Amino acid sequence: MVLSAVKRNNKCRIKSVVGGGNARKRIYELGLNTGAEVKMVKNDFGPIIISISGHKLAIGRGLAQHIYVEE
Amino acid sequence: MNTIALVGNPNSGKSTLFNVLTGSNQHVGNWPGVTVEKKEGSLKYNGITYNIVDLPGTYSLGTYSEDEKVARDFIVNERPDVVINVVDATNLERNLYLTTQLLEMGVSVVIALNMMDEAAERNIIIKADEIGKALGIPIIPTIAAKKKGIKELLDKTITQINLKQNKIAFGYGSNLDIEITALSNAIQSTEVDIPSRWAAIKLLENDNDISALFSDDKGIKLLVEDIKERHPDVELDIVDKRYEHIYKISKLNVLNPDVEKITVTDRIDKVLTNGFLGIPIFGLIMFIVFQMTFLIGSKFLGGYAENLVEWLGIALEKGLVAINSPSWLISFFIEGFIGGVGAVVVFVPLITVLYFFIAILEDTGYMSRAAYVMDGIMRAVGLHGKTFISMIIGFGCNVPGVMATRTLENKKDRMIAILINPFMSCGARLPIYLVFIAAFFPNNGGLALFLIYSLGIAVALLMGKIFSKTLFKGDSAHFIMELPPYRIPSAKNVLKDTWEKVWDFLKKAGTIIFAVVSLLWVLSVLPLGVEPYSKASLLGKIGAFIAPLFAPAGFGTWQASVSLFAGLAAKEAVVAVLGMVYTGTNEGAELITAIRGAFTPLSAVSFLVMTLLYTPCAAVIATVKNETKSYKWAAFMAIYPFVLAWFLAVLVYQVGSFLGF
Repeated sequence: MVLSAVKRNNKCRIKSVVGGGNARKRIYELGLNTGAEVKMVKNDFGPIIISISGHKLAIGRGLAQHIYVEE
Repeated sequence: MNTIALVGNPNSGKSTLFNVLTGSNQHVGNWPGVTVEKKEGSLKYNGITYNIVDLPGTYSLGTYSEDEKVARDFIVNERPDVVINVVDATNLERNLYLTTQLLEMGVSVVIALNMMDEAAERNIIIKADEIGKALGIPIIPTIAAKKKGIKELLDKTITQINLKQNKIAFGYGSNLDIEITALSNAIQSTEVDIPSRWAAIKLLENDNDISALFSDDKGIKLLVEDIKERHPDVELDIVDKRYEHIYKISKLNVLNPDVEKITVTDRIDKVLTNGFLGIPIFGLIMFIVFQMTFLIGSKFLGGYAENLVEWLGIALEKGLVAINSPSWLISFFIEGFIGGVGAVVVFVPLITVLYFFIAILEDTGYMSRAAYVMDGIMRAVGLHGKTFISMIIGFGCNVPGVMATRTLENKKDRMIAILINPFMSCGARLPIYLVFIAAFFPNNGGLALFLIYSLGIAVALLMGKIFSKTLFKGDSAHFIMELPPYRIPSAKNVLKDTWEKVWDFLKKAGTIIFAVVSLLWVLSVLPLGVEPYSKASLLGKIGAFIAPLFAPAGFGTWQASVSLFAGLAAKEAVVAVLGMVYTGTNEGAELITAIRGAFTPLSAVSFLVMTLLYTPCAAVIATVKNETKSYKWAAFMAIYPFVLAWFLAVLVYQVGSFLGF
């Protein structure tokens, strides 16, 4: 599934990032690389907010659809 | 003199450390708030002076955005003697990612493991020494905000100057390591003088700048292409390997209890980033800021500055008369200097209060939330959410506002952000509004200010939409932004930020505004024998020449025209000139009373629209030239706001007149 489909308060692991252009590398560099565990903090409309090791990151919905995860 | 550079992630406390190290010895008066350009200062320690450079906060040392390039270019080209890498202890892994790149670059590194107090609060236990051993570099725990660990950090840092560090090289996996070594050897045999292993890695990371260095070297290019064929995702593999290296170290030496504690930040964010409440709350916060600015700055403190300037004027005149000064000298000081520069200085309390509130907003971490909640609206008009941060900074001054667009990675996003920034009303324009509000809308000051600023935002968004549909088509970059934990603003940081901006304002009043006022005073008394500040003076003639242009907007007087003209040099000059020309002709008359006689409420509104939107000051245009590296865009920046402002001012006046206002 994609990151944007994860429900609030659920945790997931990053599997891969497909597409997303320049942002793809940035996602990796911010620690969202293969195997990283993230928690969904906010997912209603607008950018989603996730938490990775206790730090919050806002990610545009479009980009979140490029990030594949497993719950 | 040895140079020590500070490098670190945004929000790692890097600027706080810089302030602790340099104290008041920061010679480059830079734009406070966000470090977009490097800041320099000096530190005297054990009798030796060191040059301290604070680089923009970055997550990586690539070429993702302009601010990242500033940091990286400094390290590559200026070769600092030692780098202090400020690392946020609560977010160790991601911060060490930057460290791995510093290690690749071959510079001497000392880690300041900062925010140890916050890490302790979260029950994070870090074996700092072990991590240092694993990386082969010194690591010193610090709490910059409380000045803890600074001495140890400095002692260690200084011993690293001229010391060859025993950094532990880390590999990218045996397959990739062979390729990197081969490429590195090939680079070493070329003419290009660059750390070869670092350059090899950067070439595989598709780094534009490094690739450009080898654009004529077919051999290198071929080698890189070959490797990429064998390792199609090499760019991300490299990132993964860096993290693997970090995880290996952190697993052994960091105890991070996996507590799912709901933090204060989480609770605040629930409200402030709420899908429905986020934007109204942002509007409310800005409204309160303007109300408070008006209330405290104008009602409580404004009187003092006014009395001071008035008293100075009287004292100066008495003094000049007492020593039998010639009348032209008295005229210059009283009408020119006090009337002009004084008219600007009167607003210092108000501007101080506004800057104070903006500094608080910046220091709490709310700015990134504002960008977050505004992303929807920004995207709807074709802009990137982060553009909003540069816009808010523009409220202080458009020069740092334009410079703050460096964090936008996409050229299109950045160009639009630059071109709309001047519509964000800067502090220098505030005195203009205040004079007119005092003259015509004294009872609704806060509301009037809020509306003026809102109009600026609305025009900025509208122009953003138009630009994204015409000049700069294409998609905006994706939105990724850290939402740092909220912090209680430190009084010291806020006061320092405020003071730096106010000092800048005062410096401008003493230099540019003084120069403009002096020049205009000369124009006002020429040709010799003319009555100063009359229509017959050179100044009056220049104004009268431009005036017909503004007649359709309702302020086609020579005085208004001259003031707008002077505003091209600096926006403070508008009020300075109004002060000169009105109090000059009619001695003793208060500027506000004079304005009430010279404008109608309607022409005042159209004049405010004009001053809000027309051509930004010379400093902004020069900055646009620097940032876009193009005279064409600088010229565009000078012309299109003028045309737009003129049309809107005429529209306001004509429609208003038609409706009978």
